[in-house]
Amino acid sequence: MAQVSLRKVIKKYDEVLAVRGVDLDIADKEFIVLVGPSGCGKSTTLRMIAGLEEISGGDIAIGGDVVNDVPPKDRDIAMVFQNYALYPHMNVYENMSFGLKLKKTPKQEIDQRVRAAAGILDITELLDRKPKQLSGGQRQRVAMGRAIVRDPKVFLFDEPLSNLDAKLRVQMRTEIKKVHQKVRTTTVYVTHDQVEAMTLADRVVVMNAGLIEQVGTPNDLYHSPATKFVAGFIGSPAMNFIPCQLEQAAGALRVRLSDKLSFPVPDGRTARYTSNVGKPNLILGLRPEHIAETRPHIEPNQHDFDQVIEVVEPMGMETLVYFTLAGAEVCGRVNPNAGATAERSMKLRADLSNMHLIDDTTGKVL
Amino acid sequence: MADIVASSAAARASGRTSLHKVMQRKSTIAFLMALPLILMIFILVAYPAGYAIWLSMLNKSMTKFVGFGNFDFLFKRATFWEIVLQSCIFAITAVIFKAIIGFVVAHFVNNIPTKGQRKWRGMLLVPWVIPAAMSTLSWLWLFDPSYSAFNWIFVHLGLPKISWLGEAGWARFSVILVNVWIGAPFFLIMYLAALKSVPEQLYEAASIDGATWWQRIWFVTLPMMRNIIAITILFSTIVTFANFDIVRVLTAGGPLTATHVFATWAFKVGIESGDIPLGATVSLFMVPILAVAATFILRDISKRGSEV
Repeated sequence: MAQVSLRKVIKKYDEVLAVRGVDLDIADKEFIVLVGPSGCGKSTTLRMIAGLEEISGGDIAIGGDVVNDVPPKDRDIAMVFQNYALYPHMNVYENMSFGLKLKKTPKQEIDQRVRAAAGILDITELLDRKPKQLSGGQRQRVAMGRAIVRDPKVFLFDEPLSNLDAKLRVQMRTEIKKVHQKVRTTTVYVTHDQVEAMTLADRVVVMNAGLIEQVGTPNDLYHSPATKFVAGFIGSPAMNFIPCQLEQAAGALRVRLSDKLSFPVPDGRTARYTSNVGKPNLILGLRPEHIAETRPHIEPNQHDFDQVIEVVEPMGMETLVYFTLAGAEVCGRVNPNAGATAERSMKLRADLSNMHLIDDTTGKVL
Repeated sequence: MADIVASSAAARASGRTSLHKVMQRKSTIAFLMALPLILMIFILVAYPAGYAIWLSMLNKSMTKFVGFGNFDFLFKRATFWEIVLQSCIFAITAVIFKAIIGFVVAHFVNNIPTKGQRKWRGMLLVPWVIPAAMSTLSWLWLFDPSYSAFNWIFVHLGLPKISWLGEAGWARFSVILVNVWIGAPFFLIMYLAALKSVPEQLYEAASIDGATWWQRIWFVTLPMMRNIIAITILFSTIVTFANFDIVRVLTAGGPLTATHVFATWAFKVGIESGDIPLGATVSLFMVPILAVAATFILRDISKRGSEV
């Protein structure tokens, strides 16, 4: 087990910069998830940690040792691939023991470790099967087994759940978390699925266009995103971005969305926002759950407004309502019994205590 | 009487419908569609093979049935056993070298960036594409003892001239060399295709598992290519074993009988010496030897066929 650190890591393909200087410190036993849209450099970063891609600049250290020029086989890492990459001609036992066999581990110890790992993953009865005879979920377990058996310093996961169906994905997600709680190996996990990132990670690293946008715990990222990108990427349905103006009127700070609609800024945030009064390109960020139906009891910073609903999407436990505000499509989450109907006006309530003010020129959350 | 008429009419009617049913069946349609091929195989393979078996049981003037007389005669001749041995040495050595060279070169070509690869692939296929009899002729000149390029180089290096096709050992070497030169590109192209079909991630997984490049070839490449290797070796063994043109053009079986293989000796005995039944008998001996090899290799393939 070990910590991993990346210092100004760069990856260049010909003239294209895929990773543009990544700095990251991963603590021992930590579960880090790299998340971002496709092409953001997250897989490349993982493959550089694995040694499958050469780094064009910077340093990567595993357990304190710089491994820039160390081949993958000597880095003491294990990797789970998206398509599992099990050796088709070997059975499960041979697949799992392959790494140990190459290291000339005594047969008895191999057997012991393979059976222990198979026990953790509940695949003991599959040990004699060939990968072709296994289902997707079982192959995924074997691929994880192959990693666990080696007892490496670091586990690397490259979108391991992308090839599974939705139900199995949720199941295996829990499985991966359980395994990590048992073996406590430093883990770097790459995914494009923000739900996976939020549920699995100790800390999430959001990447965009070859750079780290923000590093933080899932709750940090959700409640205090640093940039517009992170605010929009984390959370589903995504955060609403409504163009707005910040105005000072009668000693109070107000967010103006349209001629008719403006909300007072919560007291706690006035000081933070005052300097931005009159700034162009401001955006109000408000998550769908903070736009709900009106209720009799009103809390501080909540404000009712009337709105014609355009689209209604019943989800069962909640209903999503869509409407246009200041030219932006906005989503709200209302109670299924609130009587939301398309093309009818409805009284909604915005909870400004969870608002974000974003400067669209810099992309930073103010 | 009326009964009989009625029942026969019914029988006719049901006969027609059952014929109709038979024609409608999928297996019948499949058979009819395969019929042209079956006929072709019969005309081009089964009939000549049957005729060869029939010929092998006649006397030299093809007037008398002698049963296994020709076989009996061959078994007692030392030359025949020499031919058996030579054919085996020729085929096995040539196939082994073709496979090894094909495998190694396929790796090199596979590592060339895609842009330049086509050019190299094309060039490396040339020996296989030129008609063997023609390219063998140029080899014949290269092997010429007095005026050839090889001996010219040898002389300039201060080495003795070699009688490439005149000494038994060198003649065998030369014949195998030319066969390897012509046949290796076939292995190259098959192995190149097989190499490309091995998923890149298996190599990545293996290198993370701690495999060196040699271990990656041994534990990933070779097992993944096993079926292609087996099939190419089987195919090449059959073709090499039955080789005629190279030996015929290069040495015509000489010196004496030192480089004869089954096909050339069958030609020599059957056509040149005018004993067609004996020639047929010689050529028939290729069948059991190849059948045994084919059975083993194909059984191995079908046993593993289900795993990849």
